[in-house]
Amino acid sequence: MTQYPYTDKKDTRSGFGAGMTELGRTNPQVVTLCADLVGSLKIDTFIKENPERFFQCGISEANMIGISAGLTIGGKIPFATTFANFGSSRVFDQVRQAVAYSNKNVKIAVSHAGLTLGEDGATHQVLEDLAMMKALPNMTVINPCDYNQTKQATIASAAHEGPVYLRFGRPVIPVFIPEDMPFEIGKAITLNEGTDVSIFATGHLVWEALQACQILEDQGISAEIINIHTIKPLDVDAILASVKKTGCCVSAEEHQVNGGLGESIAHVLITQYLAPQEFVGVKDTFGESGTPDELMAKYGLKAENIVEAAKKAIARKAK
Amino acid sequence: MNIQDIASQVRRDIVRMVHGAKSGHPGGSLGCTDLIVSLYFKHMELKTDAAGPVVFDMNGTGEDLFFLSNGHISPVLYSVLARRGYFPVAELATFRKINSRLQGHPATAEHLEGIRIASGSLGQGLSVSIGAALAKKLNGDNHLVYVLMGDGEQQEGQIWEAATFAPHHKVDNLIAFVDFNGQQIDGPTDKVMNNRDLGAKYEAFGWRVLHMDGNDYESLEAVLTAAKALTGQGQPIVIITKTEMGQGVDFMMHTHKWHGVAPNDEQLAKALEQLPETLGDY
Repeated sequence: MTQYPYTDKKDTRSGFGAGMTELGRTNPQVVTLCADLVGSLKIDTFIKENPERFFQCGISEANMIGISAGLTIGGKIPFATTFANFGSSRVFDQVRQAVAYSNKNVKIAVSHAGLTLGEDGATHQVLEDLAMMKALPNMTVINPCDYNQTKQATIASAAHEGPVYLRFGRPVIPVFIPEDMPFEIGKAITLNEGTDVSIFATGHLVWEALQACQILEDQGISAEIINIHTIKPLDVDAILASVKKTGCCVSAEEHQVNGGLGESIAHVLITQYLAPQEFVGVKDTFGESGTPDELMAKYGLKAENIVEAAKKAIARKAK
Repeated sequence: MNIQDIASQVRRDIVRMVHGAKSGHPGGSLGCTDLIVSLYFKHMELKTDAAGPVVFDMNGTGEDLFFLSNGHISPVLYSVLARRGYFPVAELATFRKINSRLQGHPATAEHLEGIRIASGSLGQGLSVSIGAALAKKLNGDNHLVYVLMGDGEQQEGQIWEAATFAPHHKVDNLIAFVDFNGQQIDGPTDKVMNNRDLGAKYEAFGWRVLHMDGNDYESLEAVLTAAKALTGQGQPIVIITKTEMGQGVDFMMHTHKWHGVAPNDEQLAKALEQLPETLGDY
């Protein structure tokens, strides 16, 4: 399989911070807002270099979304930043009316998504945000997989005209996406070509999928690993091309299976090309306190879970 | 044409639009007519082309902006925008009908000139107007942002998030109005959920608070002029604007019953008798 050697481990939120630093230096229309989580969002450098383009909102996320929508009237490109829970479920109506329905050029950039937020527990571990955001017309939904891709996605979000929900996280994980790998919103990336099963992974599950790929290869199974960084618009062509080749697939995400990436893929398959699909994701339950690693293991989001799902999908292929 | 005559025509438009749609919100629309007519025909600096007519672009740089937070009183805004020249007056006949740009609540999706944000789900307009005011400051644009909210709407929590933000960030190019008509869907505001002293509340949050009779042209003229003079002094401004729901149509006044009800044919005729046609009906 294609190898992705890494020398460094970083959190995806730092990739966002690096992207914002670059945008601060290159795009004078970019402004940033935060609801009392500056340190967590890694935007200190942006603020230091562009104090007049940063608005501290305090603990009032609904207001932050509305102000962001207003800032676009006047040509600004606002990045509204907070934790994923507070940038989605807490403000869904504000996002729906003032951002999505009004089709405003607001970027909702959120950290600490999913179980890997860890010890804070289920109140903060949002696992439903992709479902909410992908249901909104006009909304683009991006869930990058490592530091480099998050930086790329941040810069691409600013260049994209329209509402974006950009989701990243807290844990330190391998930086495995090459800096020069092309990134285009809505365009899936094939990380490994294979013939027996397609594995569509997003966010932190992409690294797990690559580990699964190695395990499967050691057992004589050829897995195609596709990184779906853009949940919406979904790269339907890439999904169909891969499944037509392999005949079955697994979706893997740090999100509820209800309403997540897997359901979007199932929609494609059920309407265009019937094939077995297995789902790796959180199965209709809330999270809990624990280390990120313990939580990913307990809730079935590790490489071995993907391996198991892949074998199940292969076994269900028409004889 | 004087402001009062324009307002009379706008009130005719409102009752005819709501009657035509067999739904909509005449009460608050009639109450806020004098304010919104005064803004668009007298107090706001609007972008125009060389020949004089207003021109619309979404960014609104170089002109004053108005946001309607209590979007359900869309009939008054639509009528004023059409009468001011933003879109054809004939389009008022499509209000709330299928394939119309005049949605029940204001929206941008149909690209109606004059509308910059969707509103209807309450409590959001103050935040949006603060954002637009901040953009003006960043752009070095010295024009003002106006926003109208309902008094029932003051029960939404987001209003007070925004009310905290604006003085903290010295958003002093913003003039907010609270349509203080004392009524909401379920009855008098004092009975449904008492807002108590709204002026004192805003003052405690750090706003410059003014009071105005929104149905009295002398009061409107004096207070709007005073408010504009108070901008640029480090504080946002709010004007508690006393209005009468249903103003101009006697049987729609002094009650909350006409918040969201359309008049029938007979009631329409009775209303129109009280409102002289000054600019020609659509």
